[in-house]
Amino acid sequence: MAKGSAARKVSEAPARQPAKQEIAQPDRLIHERMRLGIVSALAVNECLSFPELRKLLNTTDGNVSVHARKLEEAGYVSCTKTFDGRIPRTEYRLTAPGRKALEKYLKHMESLIRAMRAH
Amino acid sequence: MAPVEIQSHAIESLRYIRDTMERATLVTAVPGRGGILMGITAIVAAWIASRQPGSAEWLGVWVLEGLIALTIGITAMYLKSRSGGMPLWSAAARKFGLAFAPPLVVGALLTLVLSGVGLTSVLPGLWLSLYGVAVIGAGAFSVRIVPAMGLAFLIAGAVALFAPASWRDVSLAAGFGGLHVVFGLIIARRFGG
Repeated sequence: MAKGSAARKVSEAPARQPAKQEIAQPDRLIHERMRLGIVSALAVNECLSFPELRKLLNTTDGNVSVHARKLEEAGYVSCTKTFDGRIPRTEYRLTAPGRKALEKYLKHMESLIRAMRAH
Repeated sequence: MAPVEIQSHAIESLRYIRDTMERATLVTAVPGRGGILMGITAIVAAWIASRQPGSAEWLGVWVLEGLIALTIGITAMYLKSRSGGMPLWSAAARKFGLAFAPPLVVGALLTLVLSGVGLTSVLPGLWLSLYGVAVIGAGAFSVRIVPAMGLAFLIAGAVALFAPASWRDVSLAAGFGGLHVVFGLIIARRFGG
């Protein structure tokens, strides 16, 4: 009995403070500046190549590579590697979960602003 | 984090997303399919213009084609920006327009002056090179394909300036027709629109 109520307590805990938890934890994966930039840029383009992303975000090859891979691992972006003659070409696209994550993040930020203004 | 800090961080994040989207939209503000359509109308105009008896009629055909192409371009940009969920008059479109318009205005003024003194033979080279300048300027903030298209127009214009007068419609068909179709296909395939 005691065990059951403890278990219920644990499972109920996150539901009790949803607002607080949301404020503390936005989607960490796209909260990071470079990844947020990649997702935002891809949201308004069907696809962008590796050098296009690097130029748009004004960053280095390594930065784009590392962060794009993290987004790819999470299933937020898809990556296709092709050859343009002998030159390798990497293109990124935003996936449906990636678009959903960005929309959720945008709503989250808007709700934070609204909540703070209400105070 | 203090509430004020959270709020300013959230505002800053939203601003960053908007700025990135605007810059990224500039990449694709140039419509692909719209460009192809502009190219096709230019080829048709070249064919009609080549059959005109005098310079005034020839100029009339190309002025009309210019207005048609401008309408197609603006409509295609509007449709593209709407499908991307971005307002046409976003900062990106404003930057694009501000860079694009001045060479076209200069082109219109010089057309008026040069045609007035009967120098219509230099108009194809002038139009193509000034259009190239406009695209290079507007595409300066964009990906390589847009300024590359501008450079191609600039080269076509330079060639047309030194080409025989009898080549005028061929130059315009190759430039406004051929280059728009080729670059339009590339842009449509990679960036849509």
